[in-house]
Amino acid sequence: MGSTDRTSECDSRTRGADLGWVFLGGLGGTALRWSAEEAWPLHDGHWPVGTTVVNVMGAFLLGLVLETLVRMGPDHGVRRRIRLAAGTGFCGALTTYSAFALELSVLGKGGHVVIAVAYALVTVLAGIAAVVAGIALARRLVAIKGGDEA
Amino acid sequence: MTVAALIIAGGIGAVLRYAIDDAVRRRWPMAFPGPTFVVNVTGSLVIGLVAGLVLYRAASPEWQAVIGTGFCGGYTTFSTSVVETVRLGGRRGPVYAGLTFAGSVGACAVGLAIGWAL
Repeated sequence: MGSTDRTSECDSRTRGADLGWVFLGGLGGTALRWSAEEAWPLHDGHWPVGTTVVNVMGAFLLGLVLETLVRMGPDHGVRRRIRLAAGTGFCGALTTYSAFALELSVLGKGGHVVIAVAYALVTVLAGIAAVVAGIALARRLVAIKGGDEA
Repeated sequence: MTVAALIIAGGIGAVLRYAIDDAVRRRWPMAFPGPTFVVNVTGSLVIGLVAGLVLYRAASPEWQAVIGTGFCGGYTTFSTSVVETVRLGGRRGPVYAGLTFAGSVGACAVGLAIGWAL
């Protein structure tokens, strides 16, 4: 908590600390994603449930976190650290585009074209709906501090 | 053991994503489609390559767990990509989402093909 409100000129110490917050969040996000993949193991020719769950959940959380932080004030100090750890680190690592792309390729190669197309559409559309819902929830729950934004 | 390595690899992937995002934004602040696109496409290429080596060249599945699930999973991000899509809105949002989707799936297919050809 405290007094590092020097935003634009990041010295090497604060940049190092930024990387530390992203790393910590990234560990948590990766661990939770791995747990989801263990809970819903991938089977040939079936819907990749684990990746769907983490991607949609992470999209909702990121929309909620970023909108909440913006409404609470400028990207300084503790708000910046929360954005880096919870947003960039945790939500960023919880969700994955590479596994999504790989699962689509494997479904396509295995001839499961209908599942692949449905998986792609559902992931992208549910992801967008989840972000919009996360932002909307933050708008309902958090009043704008400072009043310099519309 | 593999799980610990996988989780640490995910943290490293997230840090690399942040470093690339930061570097690209400083140099080309107006770039479209932007750093998250670059991260997702390159990460999809790597996961395809590793999966290809495991599928066609009998590389150890632990490589796929640590580099694919761990590193590439932490490095690439679906959530940021969707938030950027929603923020862009209008015509640019769907174009961005389409480019990211086609770029990532295409790069993954290229990675798989390289793994097969090696």
